[in-house]
Amino acid sequence: MQQQPLISVRNLQKYFAGKHRGSSVKAVDDVSFDIFRGETFGIVGESGCGKSTLGRTIIRLLEPTGGQVFYDGVDLASLSAEEMRKKRREIQIIFQDPYASLNPRMTVRELIRAPLDVFSRESEAEKMEKVTNIMHLVGLRDEFMYKYPHEFSGGQRQRIVIARALILQPRFIFCDEPVSALDASVRAQVLNLMKKIQREMDLTYLFISHDLSVVRFLCDRVAVMYLGHIVEVADKHTLYEHPVHPYTKALLSSIPVPDTDVKTEKIILRGEVPSPYDPPAGCPFHTRCPYAQPVCRERMPSMTDLGGGHAAACHFAQENLS
Amino acid sequence: MKEKNQKFQKSSYLRDVVKRFFHHKLAVLGLSVLLFEILCVILLPRIMRLDPYSLDVMAFGAAPSAKHLLGTDDVGRDLFARLVFGGRISLTVGICSALIGLAVGVPLGLIAGYFRGPAEILIMRLADIFMSFPSMILILVLASVLGQSVVTITVVIGVLGWPEFARLIYASTLSVREKDYVESAKAVGTKSGTILARYILPNSFAPIIVAFTFRTAQAIITESSLSFLGLGVQPPVASWGNILYYAQSIAVLSFKPWLWLPAGIILILTVLSINFLGDGIRDALDTRMSI
Repeated sequence: MQQQPLISVRNLQKYFAGKHRGSSVKAVDDVSFDIFRGETFGIVGESGCGKSTLGRTIIRLLEPTGGQVFYDGVDLASLSAEEMRKKRREIQIIFQDPYASLNPRMTVRELIRAPLDVFSRESEAEKMEKVTNIMHLVGLRDEFMYKYPHEFSGGQRQRIVIARALILQPRFIFCDEPVSALDASVRAQVLNLMKKIQREMDLTYLFISHDLSVVRFLCDRVAVMYLGHIVEVADKHTLYEHPVHPYTKALLSSIPVPDTDVKTEKIILRGEVPSPYDPPAGCPFHTRCPYAQPVCRERMPSMTDLGGGHAAACHFAQENLS
Repeated sequence: MKEKNQKFQKSSYLRDVVKRFFHHKLAVLGLSVLLFEILCVILLPRIMRLDPYSLDVMAFGAAPSAKHLLGTDDVGRDLFARLVFGGRISLTVGICSALIGLAVGVPLGLIAGYFRGPAEILIMRLADIFMSFPSMILILVLASVLGQSVVTITVVIGVLGWPEFARLIYASTLSVREKDYVESAKAVGTKSGTILARYILPNSFAPIIVAFTFRTAQAIITESSLSFLGLGVQPPVASWGNILYYAQSIAVLSFKPWLWLPAGIILILTVLSINFLGDGIRDALDTRMSI
C-alpha cells in the first residue's frame, strides 16, 4: 500500500496564557508526525499530557501558537475563517462524553441532519433519506428518530454522535476518547462499529485515548505523549512488543494481564507529572525516569529514527533497542 | 399508519412538558386564576354592559348594592366596571412591558455571552449602569417628561427591565457555549447565528420564562405604584393602581373599604398567580425532571 500522508503535523505548538503575566503553559510543544490515508493513528498518554489539545489544534478548533498542519497538502492555518468553515465538511469530531456532545433540545433526526443543514442544498426528501441510511449503518432503529438524547443509553448516544459525524461523508475523523465514558460491554460494540465504518467509508482516524488496550485494538500506528511532547512513535506491533522509551515501557507494564501465572515486572514511576507551568529542563521525563543520566537533565533529546517508522525521543534510544 | 405513528412520537416532548406542568398544583391554580381574569376583562363588559365612565348622580361614594356590586367612587362611577376595565389596562401593561424587556434583553445577553470581548464589556457594563439606577425615580422622571399615557408607561417600564433578562441569558450563555455540543456544532462549521438560535437559546431559555413571569408581575406592581402616586395611568382611564389611589385618604382607608379593598386583593391574587405559573413552567420545561 502506498502510504500517503493525509495530515502532516509540523512543529505544532499550542501555548495557553498562564496565571501570571508572561507565563504560559506549553500544552503542545514542537510536535511533528504524519497520519496516513486510511489508517487509524492513536495518541496515548496520561490525563493532562496535552493529547486532547493536540487533536483540537490539528483540526483548528483551537488556534495553534506555532507550526503547521497540512491537510491533503494544504496548510490549514493559512485558510481564512470562511475557507476553514468549508473544509470542516471533510473533518469531523467524535467527543468523549456522549452525554455532553448532543444538544438536549434536538431530536435524533435533527441532531443527525444538523451538519447537512450547514452544507448541503439538497431537498428535504434527500436529506431524510441520508439520515435514515446513516441511522441504519450505525445500528439505530427508525423509531428513534423523534426521540431526545436523554432517552438513550450511553452506547446508543455514541451511535448518534457517530451518525452525526458520518452524515457528510468526511475523510478524517478526530476521535477524542470516544469510548472512555462507556461501559466495558458497550465499548467493544462501538469500537467494532467504528472499525466497520472505517472500512466501508474509507476513513482516516485520529484516535486519542488513555486506554492502551483500546488503542491496541483499533489503531495501526501509535504515538505516546508526555507533557506536551511526543516521546515515541511506531506501528502498534513494534510499540507494544519492543518499546524503546522508558515512559512507554512504564505505560505498557501497567496494562493488567488476565492470567495469574504470568508474572510481569511492573515499572512503578515515582513522583508526579511535573507542572506544565514549570516543565523540567532537558528531557521532560528525566524527573521520573529510572534510567536518567546527567545528560538527560541538560539536553532535550530529539526524535531518533530507529527505522521502519519507529522513532523515540530518548538519548539512549539506540541502546534501548538492542 | 406510519405517518400517524410519527406524529405521535413527535409530540412526545411537548406532551411530557404539559404533563409535568399539570402535576404542579399551584401552577395550575395560578393559570386558572389568570385565565379566569383574562376572560372576565374581555367578556364581562359586553355581557354586563359595564361602563367605567358614566356617572351615577344619585350615588357618590355609595356602598355596595344590587345596582353597583362594589359600590361607586366619589364621583359616582361604578367600581366593579372600573375594576374590570382597570384589569384590561393593568394586565396589558404588565405583559407588554415584560415582552419589551425580553425582546431587548435576550439578544443583547446572547451577544455579550457568546462573542465576549468588547461586546460583552459594553453590554454588561451598560446593564450594570441601568441596574444601579433607582428605577422608580427614573420611571417617574421619564413618565413626566414623555407624558403619562398607557403606551409611554408600558415602554418605559419595559425597556428598564432589559438588564435582568440580559444578565440571565448572559450567565447561561457563558456556560452553554462551553458545552461539547456547541463545540461539535462549530466543528462542522455551523454559523454563529444558527448556533445562537438553535443551540444556545433553547438551552438557556428556562430561566428566562421564569424571569418573564416575575417581570410581568413586577411591571403590574410598578404600574400600580405609579398610578397610586398619581403619576401613572391618568383618570378617567381606570387601572388597578389608580383605583388604589383612593386609599391615600385615611377616611377612605378606614371607613370605605369597598373603594380599595377589591382592587388590592385582585392585584395580590394576580401577582401570586403569575409567580406560581412561572414556577410551574420552569419545572415543566426541565427535561431531566422525572414525572
